[in-house]
Amino acid sequence: MTRGGRAVGVTAAALLAGGVAGAADVEPDARRSGADFMAPETRAMQADDASNPGMLWVLEGERLWAEPAGPEGRACATCHGDAARTMRGVAARYPAFDNGSDRPVDLAGRIDQCRQARQGAPPLARESDPLLALTAYVAHQSRGMPVAPPGDTRLDPFRENGRRLFQQPLGQLGLACANCHDERWDGRLGGAPITQAHPTAYPLYRLEWQALGSLQRRLRNCMAGVRAEPLPFGAPELIELELHLMQRAAGMPMETPGVRP
Amino acid sequence: MTRALVNAPKTARPGEVIEIRAMIAHPMETGYRIGPNGAPIPRHIIRRLVCTYDGAEVFAADLYPAMSANPYIAFSMVATASGTIALAWTDDHGATQTATAEITVAG
Repeated sequence: MTRGGRAVGVTAAALLAGGVAGAADVEPDARRSGADFMAPETRAMQADDASNPGMLWVLEGERLWAEPAGPEGRACATCHGDAARTMRGVAARYPAFDNGSDRPVDLAGRIDQCRQARQGAPPLARESDPLLALTAYVAHQSRGMPVAPPGDTRLDPFRENGRRLFQQPLGQLGLACANCHDERWDGRLGGAPITQAHPTAYPLYRLEWQALGSLQRRLRNCMAGVRAEPLPFGAPELIELELHLMQRAAGMPMETPGVRP
Repeated sequence: MTRALVNAPKTARPGEVIEIRAMIAHPMETGYRIGPNGAPIPRHIIRRLVCTYDGAEVFAADLYPAMSANPYIAFSMVATASGTIALAWTDDHGATQTATAEITVAG
């Protein structure tokens, strides 16, 4: 997996330009969380904090929130205090625009940026347990709150690019995200229900992974599924896709940490 | 890194049957998988979960490779007196992780 990953499906897109140009988003009233498509047992597992394995990461994140890091021994809590108060609703507004890099940044990226710049701590690798735990802990504070994408107009071109990527055919199978998640969400793929791709429960615990994982991990799974080379973790295109997906899910309640089959 | 969740009722009546639910973060590596270098990944599972109630063993379970990662185990016991419910998970490396819950039993 090299830098070539950025070029996923570009050739295919050129050949099939506009292949799903007519695809419409899911009707606002017809929007359903991925949890709605699950078996009752899996829904019960998510609903009960004592049986939701994602809570193990939330618990670990709570510990890390208060743990000093870096040369000055500052913890997240040193500046941000009680996360239940200061982080409430924050995850529902991400990805947000980052002034330093002039680009959108996702929640995990912001946490790592804060760690490096403010705490002077070594970076946390994407998809590492500590970063997932902190992200899950922060996002958990927004559980039940509606997804509220920021109105910042500087995000618009990135969001538009995310929308374009969502409708661009990818990989050897030449499938766009929209082919399944906008047009065929009431169908099944193999034995599994196709869902509407609303990222309201991330980071979430997938029984298939037997671990907590990020939206980027899920997006990379789907890319491998259509036989495209997955974009690398932290790729700008993945964050742009997340921007579009959160816009699609605006107003739906956050569920972090979710459980999915 | 200990990450375990124990859920037990805070209070109970004497003789009441209560449910204890316990979950722990553990990879539960089966020993049957092959790593990216072609070598088998060594087995690393929790072998035994023991629950003691005021020092006396009330429940124990032997775990095998077919258990999922982050195993969740629920069982019931009879509440007799106020005290500490302690759970201890021991894995292949001989490491034991513990978690406790306090219960008040009053009629």
